[in-house]
Amino acid sequence: MAKASKKKVSKAVVKAMDTTAAVTPDVVYDEEDEEDLSKADEVITSEDEDGEDERRRQKLLEAISALGGKRKKTLGERSEPSVQMSEFTVNADGEGDKIDLSDLIGTVERTSAVPATTKKQLKNLQRSTKPIACPLSKQESQRIQRDVAFQKAATEVTRWKSIIKQNQRAEQLVFPLNQEPIGPKPMERVVSGWKAQTPLEQEIFAVLSANKQPINDPILTPTEEASMRAMSLEEAKIRRAELQKARALQSYYEAKARREKKIKSKTYHKVQNKAKRKEFLKQFDEMVVADPASALEELNKIEMSRMQERMSLKHQNSGKWAKSKAIMAKYDDGARKAMQQQLEVNKTLTQKLVSSLNEEEEEEEKDEADAEVLPELVNDAEQVLNSLNPWMRGKLSEEHKEKEISNTVDLTAEGPGNTVEEDEDEEEVEETEEEKLLREFESRRKLRHALETDAAPLTCMDDNTEDKAAAENPDVSDKEEEELSEFTSLFRGIADSLQEAESETAEAGEDHSTPLEEDLIRVRTLEDMELLSQENLPSGEAAAPPQQPPDTAALSSATEKTGKNRKRKRGIELKEVLTKGTEVIKVPLIPTTEDNEDNEDTEDRDDGLDQSGLIKEAFAGDDVISDFLKDKRKQEDAGKPKVVDLTLPGWGEWGGTSLKPSRHKRRRFRVKTAPPPPRKDRHLPSVIMSEKRNSSISLHQVSSLPFPFENHAQFESTIRSPLGRTWNTERTVKKISMPKVVTQMGAIIEPMAREELLKERKQLVLRSFSRPCSPCFPGSPVKYSITGESCVFNQKHIGYRY
Amino acid sequence: MKVKVLSRNPDDYVRETKLDIQRVPRNYDPTLHPFEVSREYTRALNATKLERLFAKPFVTSLDGHRDGVNCMAKHTKTLSTLLSGSCDGEVKVWNLTKRECVRTLQAHEGFVRGMVVRFCGSSFFTVGDDKTIKQWKMEAPGYGEEEEPLNTILGKSVFTGLDHHQKDAVFATCGQQVDIWDEQRTSPIRSFTWGVDSFSAVRFNPVETELLASCASDRSVVLYDMRESTPLKKVIMTMRSNTLCWNPMEAYYFTCCNEDYNLYTYDMRFLDKPITVHMDHVSAALDVDYSPTGKEFVSASFDKTIRIFAKDGGHSREVYHTKRMQHVICIKWSLDNKYILSGSDEMNIRLWKANAAEKLGVMSPREREAANYNQTLKEKFQHHPQVRRVARHRHLPKSLYHQTKELRVMKEARRRKYVFLMHFSFEASALSLSEWPRRKGHGGVMATRAAGVTYAVPPAQWKVWLVGLCPLTWAQ
Repeated sequence: MAKASKKKVSKAVVKAMDTTAAVTPDVVYDEEDEEDLSKADEVITSEDEDGEDERRRQKLLEAISALGGKRKKTLGERSEPSVQMSEFTVNADGEGDKIDLSDLIGTVERTSAVPATTKKQLKNLQRSTKPIACPLSKQESQRIQRDVAFQKAATEVTRWKSIIKQNQRAEQLVFPLNQEPIGPKPMERVVSGWKAQTPLEQEIFAVLSANKQPINDPILTPTEEASMRAMSLEEAKIRRAELQKARALQSYYEAKARREKKIKSKTYHKVQNKAKRKEFLKQFDEMVVADPASALEELNKIEMSRMQERMSLKHQNSGKWAKSKAIMAKYDDGARKAMQQQLEVNKTLTQKLVSSLNEEEEEEEKDEADAEVLPELVNDAEQVLNSLNPWMRGKLSEEHKEKEISNTVDLTAEGPGNTVEEDEDEEEVEETEEEKLLREFESRRKLRHALETDAAPLTCMDDNTEDKAAAENPDVSDKEEEELSEFTSLFRGIADSLQEAESETAEAGEDHSTPLEEDLIRVRTLEDMELLSQENLPSGEAAAPPQQPPDTAALSSATEKTGKNRKRKRGIELKEVLTKGTEVIKVPLIPTTEDNEDNEDTEDRDDGLDQSGLIKEAFAGDDVISDFLKDKRKQEDAGKPKVVDLTLPGWGEWGGTSLKPSRHKRRRFRVKTAPPPPRKDRHLPSVIMSEKRNSSISLHQVSSLPFPFENHAQFESTIRSPLGRTWNTERTVKKISMPKVVTQMGAIIEPMAREELLKERKQLVLRSFSRPCSPCFPGSPVKYSITGESCVFNQKHIGYRY
Repeated sequence: MKVKVLSRNPDDYVRETKLDIQRVPRNYDPTLHPFEVSREYTRALNATKLERLFAKPFVTSLDGHRDGVNCMAKHTKTLSTLLSGSCDGEVKVWNLTKRECVRTLQAHEGFVRGMVVRFCGSSFFTVGDDKTIKQWKMEAPGYGEEEEPLNTILGKSVFTGLDHHQKDAVFATCGQQVDIWDEQRTSPIRSFTWGVDSFSAVRFNPVETELLASCASDRSVVLYDMRESTPLKKVIMTMRSNTLCWNPMEAYYFTCCNEDYNLYTYDMRFLDKPITVHMDHVSAALDVDYSPTGKEFVSASFDKTIRIFAKDGGHSREVYHTKRMQHVICIKWSLDNKYILSGSDEMNIRLWKANAAEKLGVMSPREREAANYNQTLKEKFQHHPQVRRVARHRHLPKSLYHQTKELRVMKEARRRKYVFLMHFSFEASALSLSEWPRRKGHGGVMATRAAGVTYAVPPAQWKVWLVGLCPLTWAQ
């Protein structure tokens, strides 16, 4: 209604304006607001009027609107038929009307095909009054696109990570990576263009292909292949039969056990138990021979039961039953017997077992003892031989000697038959003591000699007792070998892993690849090489102990760092790097002939005397011991501080040829330097330890810990373990000296193929399926390994589980 | 009297068949084999010296080009074939075993800018200064036939680089933009631009075959995915990169050779900073190629040398040079990992051994075992000063030697200045030595990220010393 009235009003106004040229502005202004509001209506209404009037009115309206200062673009009227009736059957009639969202959505409400969520969203949209955000600029949208694409590519590339890691860690890589297996190949595969040519061949192939028979080498039809993959029927049958049998057996056994348990006869059980025990003992005896470890276990079990018995009061007549029996025992013979039996059980159980194993051990010990005692004569003979030639027996150890001595002494005390040899023996005892000294000297001298002369950095002879065991025990040596190979692999791996870690943490450590020492000299011959190695030595490093270069970064935390560095800079110690110490070889001496002992002995003695005489003659005047002592004293004296006399005659008093400076002055100007720290060999009479630094060795020594190693022990252990076939078995040498990259001659190495990725994934998946404990996917492995997405899913799970 | 006689079991010393190895009774008792370390040390030292004596890497020189060799291409299927393009537009096909040129063709007018052999080895592509891409048959034309390309595509601008997809009939060119071409079409199926006017090289990733990377003249390296419509990412460095090469065994690593004398290895997922900076060249590095094993790469430089780097080594393990070899423009590592081919300014192609001291040809098992043992010995004792000295000694021409020294001095001076600033400058009090450019981590460049683009430029505090004229202000 209101609208209609408005229309009327406006019409009236227009008419008034038409008729009266002079219009009061008040009126017009009053009406203007409304005019704006209902402009569309006006346009529509104006259609009804005549042409000329309309044009005039239009002009007027324009004038008025121009007056109002608001330039409104009137909606032009279009009269083209195409617009009136467009091809899309949209009328231009309702052009003026604004299309509401509700008009569009209205139909949606009614159609059932549109999902409810969409309807809801649309409703929300209708309600919301916010303006829609304007689309992103081209640059921004492109940036987003790029980001998304990059993320995609990065994740795609990251799939290779495991393979790359694996290859980096691999002990050996053989290129080309995907080599075909060696062996004869079927003709069809080798000759590519082969075709059936003769009519016979053609006929055969026609028949084969008609019957879907395989032509190529693995002569299996597709169905056969499928059946190959599945479990065969026979196999399934066998398996079922096995299971049935097992089940039947189990039930039989159970039934039997139940039956036996029900039997009340005591004698039956007694007999049964006895039989069982016998059987067990028999088994045990066999076990002792065949499998001592399990026998020991059994023994332990028995021991355990004994302990339990001792701790508990089970068979000690303290139970309820036992007490009741004890009351009855006076009158009842059976009860007494029962009690006695129980006590017997206790006794048997608590009895300590003297097992055959222990006996054996004891026997062995005895044997050993015997072995020590037995070859007295043999030892004697050996000693005689040794004592003849002091130069020939430098290696026998002291302990061994001492043992022998004690043996001989014991024998002399015990055996009256040996009295003949007593004097001889005593002589020997004295001799051996001398020899001991001599030998020691000799070994020390050797040591010193080795230290001085050998150019190699790591030489010293020392008795490394701990290594002896290792040398004797093959297991230990095996272990060493393993460690060695492990270490080499670790050593190879360390660099890579560290590098990775560094790249991740962005903590750039020192690069281990040191620059080439580029020079103007061209090396042509081996002599050049020698010269090079001597010439180019940095003088500071060579002469002086390696000094720490001034580190600018270490200024702040000077004290700490210097301490640390000093530790690190300390040269690799000889002792640490030392190889296994020399070891005494003990050869059990078996007398080759068993003859009249006395005769032989006397002969030997004669011979020995002759020989010793000879040697004494030969080395007469070669007094090694006194030489050594002199040498040592000289060394000690050289190290002692010297008194320096600084008195200047004639200074401050009269001087002349016959005048000596006064005693007072002399005392004053005599400078005594502080005594040096005590020598290390002061308690070792037969040793000279030189405390001077040997610069010729330091040339060959590593002055600081090399890159991939974390401590000295690591590095030294790598150096200590020999690699050559002189020290290692053939297999170990091969394993150690395996080159890291092997390439085939004349083979093209293709870049890594996508198939590698699939292969690895398949392996992973198969591995995950082969684990019975964690059935993660119920489907078949093939399904998961080949489809891409489920693969990713799979890998995630694998990564989580392992 | 009982006599014991020596008796031996023949099983202990007689071979079962003639083909068995002779039984050698061994006693591994360490007391019988003393001084193992010193003996092995001597062996290692000798092995090192012998290695240096036998290090004769230069195999042959192939001459025949009448202008500098600008590009080379390895045949994908035969090891003995090499293609080279020179600055006068000539392409030569070489037989390496016979050391002779088997075919010559005038491919372009002006430079041959790029060349690549199709993955099947039946044809090859060349691009040149005459704005054309040409496809050629690998076989020489028969007698009387004209030497004509299979296909010629006329482009709008000069192409500067070319690479072929590993498996598909698709190749990429670069010039004013990076174009992806289908072999069957005459217009690119895709072109990428990212606000740069020229690219110097483009390379397909050999493992993730849909990815590419290119070097642009705005000092950036840009990554692309063939399947996407936009480039993926770029890193802008302090100086321009000339070429790059992807690691053929490790999908996400690539190395680019830079005008600032260094090579940078990047992980394409993390472009913020290079994984390793390989330094040793004393002039711009011009070309780089990975060994097919992906363990090492070789770089050619304007300083007339070739250097071989381990893929994670900050310094080169080997330097090759000859008196007559001028600026090395292009370099390739042969597909059997045995040889290196270099093309240089003075019109020659040179063939080098990849391992200078390696024996070529068949080795007997004993020989191989000895070589392996020597190698492990060298590795074991590589840290000992004498061994290291001999192993790392290389002869360098005088000019190069002095240049290297000069560069070292300059670097040290810059470092010292930085340290001074760190301690005494007011502005630069926030500096720390960990910011100092090093080989690992971030050598020479410091990266800051800005939405998709990674700028590898020095941070603000570096300018203090980069400008180099800043007076030291002493802390009060």
